[in-house]
Amino acid sequence: MQSLGRTLPPRRDPAPSRWSYRMQRLWLTPAFHRFLRFGMPALIVMLSGALFLASPVRREGLVSLVTSAKQQVADRPMFMVNLLAIDGASPELADAVRAKLALRLPQSALALDLDAIRITAENFDAVARAVVRFGAGNVLQITITERQPAWVWRSEAGLILLDDTGHRIAALAARADRADLPLIAGQGADLAIDQATALLQVASPLSSRLRGLVRMGQRRWDLVLDRDQRILLPADGAVAALQGLIARDSAENLLARDLIAVDLRNPQRPVLRLGTPALNALRAVHGIPLLAESKS
Amino acid sequence: MTDLYQSQRAMRHLRKTALQRGMIAILDVGTSKIACLILRFDGLEEPGEADGMGSMAGQSNFRVIGAATTRSRGVRFGEISAMNETERAIRTAVQAAQKMANVRVDHVIACFSGGEPRSYGLAGEIDLPETLVRDNDVARVLAACDAPDIGEGREVIHAQPVNFALDHRSGLGDPRNQSGNRLACDMHLLTVDAAVVQNLLYCIKRCDLDLAGIASSAYASGIAALVEDERELGAACIDLGGGSTGLSIFMKKHMIFSDSVRLGGDHITSDIAQCLHVPMAVAERIKTKHGGVYATGMDDREMIEIGSDSGDWDKDRRQVSRTELIGIIRPRVEEILEQAADRLAIAGFSHLPSQQIVLTGGASQMPGLDGLASRILGQRVRMGRPLRVQGLPQAATGPSFASTVGLCLFAAHPQDEWWDFDIPAERYPARSIKRAFKWFRDNW
Repeated sequence: MQSLGRTLPPRRDPAPSRWSYRMQRLWLTPAFHRFLRFGMPALIVMLSGALFLASPVRREGLVSLVTSAKQQVADRPMFMVNLLAIDGASPELADAVRAKLALRLPQSALALDLDAIRITAENFDAVARAVVRFGAGNVLQITITERQPAWVWRSEAGLILLDDTGHRIAALAARADRADLPLIAGQGADLAIDQATALLQVASPLSSRLRGLVRMGQRRWDLVLDRDQRILLPADGAVAALQGLIARDSAENLLARDLIAVDLRNPQRPVLRLGTPALNALRAVHGIPLLAESKS
Repeated sequence: MTDLYQSQRAMRHLRKTALQRGMIAILDVGTSKIACLILRFDGLEEPGEADGMGSMAGQSNFRVIGAATTRSRGVRFGEISAMNETERAIRTAVQAAQKMANVRVDHVIACFSGGEPRSYGLAGEIDLPETLVRDNDVARVLAACDAPDIGEGREVIHAQPVNFALDHRSGLGDPRNQSGNRLACDMHLLTVDAAVVQNLLYCIKRCDLDLAGIASSAYASGIAALVEDERELGAACIDLGGGSTGLSIFMKKHMIFSDSVRLGGDHITSDIAQCLHVPMAVAERIKTKHGGVYATGMDDREMIEIGSDSGDWDKDRRQVSRTELIGIIRPRVEEILEQAADRLAIAGFSHLPSQQIVLTGGASQMPGLDGLASRILGQRVRMGRPLRVQGLPQAATGPSFASTVGLCLFAAHPQDEWWDFDIPAERYPARSIKRAFKWFRDNW
């Protein structure tokens, strides 16, 4: 007969199997644990990413997704440029700048390179400085400071307007168009415009007679007065030499006499070149045969 | 002998690496239970501070972070008899301890009680080449001990120098850097059956663990159960285990004798099972619940339900009085204690200055045992519990865990053994060159 008492089930063996024992020890290994916690997820992410990007179609789809998202943001009305306004420039210059920029409006402000626009505007000779700003009302504002003409330069290429730093502004059709500006001539005259300014200031007592300044051999200046009088200035100390001459002129009225040139190139030995009538008068005093009257 | 020297040195090396890693497992393979503790070592102890020989490992601060106990299987008399079963039991204990500690351990220090340990006292003497004792002089005097015939198939598990004598001064703990002419030493050698050690080693290897040390459980429970002054003045520790009873005599902080009686608590259980015709599990339950060694009039009236599962009503409703149970238990306990007393008498325990005996182990929890033991072993008997160890769970503080705790202390403060010293210079061929160099230096 079967026992009526409670029948115990066969006792389960509490011992772990060899493999579960080894598995638990593996789990408790710190390196393995770290690998599972950090290495494995990173590996899975990298692997799945690589698998996704392996197909060129999906790669292109991803790129187009990004660009279209960018485009959508850029095309929002608050970023659109509807108008280009140019301030501080003459109408001709403004038109020239507008034509050079050739902006297709309306356009997104995010697509515009404001620095490039500024550099393009400043590349114009007549522009000293340009400030580009995308302001309220969807207007791209370019504020231009123009160069102020200070000199007329008679160069090999023709008449050119220069500003007070010697920078070219524009070509000039005729000297008479800007008769108010002083004239300079000679090769390299625009490079020594500071000296010319100083000389012009010193020569202000002669301003009524001054025709212009000529740069000689890119080295020194000549002052040209009316009646074809020339004052040859030295390369160094030109201002002091000119001041000395002007002082003498105011005392002795030197330049009003029949002189062709005053050569101040050697400060120790200034030389006067007389005109033919004066020279003949001098020769007559000394009893020397007279020179023929030259035509020029 | 050289083989053993090498393998013990290898184990010592493993133990050092384990201590450096800070994690080591303690495995007590007993007949009735297998206990596994996982120790974590925290800091380094300042070397040279301890008195006596000093601990070589230099590690002392440890904490138990994992503990597990499982019923032992396949172990008889402290020896492995069914390797598969024992392996499974060890796996259970180690896995549970690892789970509690949440770390993986690779190195394990094991102790066992079987293998018929035999003690030998050895003496050696050398002349010192200089008047100062050097490290290699200690190694030389240890090597100079006359090797006894330990018998075929036996192996040394402990070889501890217990005493050094320099000239006429004896009782030196550490002779190094002292001056004298003749150095003598006494060494205690403990041998066990080689096959038992091999089986244990193989079993542990099959659990993917490395054996980093091995100790006799009688020695380990002596470390745990004896207090400092008992170990210093001389005392015997009797570890009443499940399958065998281990004895160890300590003197001057060193174990000087160890032996074992192949009788234990399991024999009491099997007596009960045989007399009452009950299964071992029931007999074990009756023993632990109602067992005792002194019967009183009260016990005649206390009837114990034996219970059974046979289906026969008369058999299943049997009762015995507690007096009858005590009548079964007591002769066996007396036999065990008498055998232990015999072994102590053979060892000359009665000549020691102090006759303190400490009873520990699982079977020592039998009520009334201290009274019976003092009648058989002498007046100075006390019950011993293992020392307190940091982090040890409450369940593992009983006397049945004496050898487990002792093994922890053994791991933290290892006693210097013979193989901890370097191979003496005589074994090297470089010795002749050294001698020539010395002659050269002495003469010029």
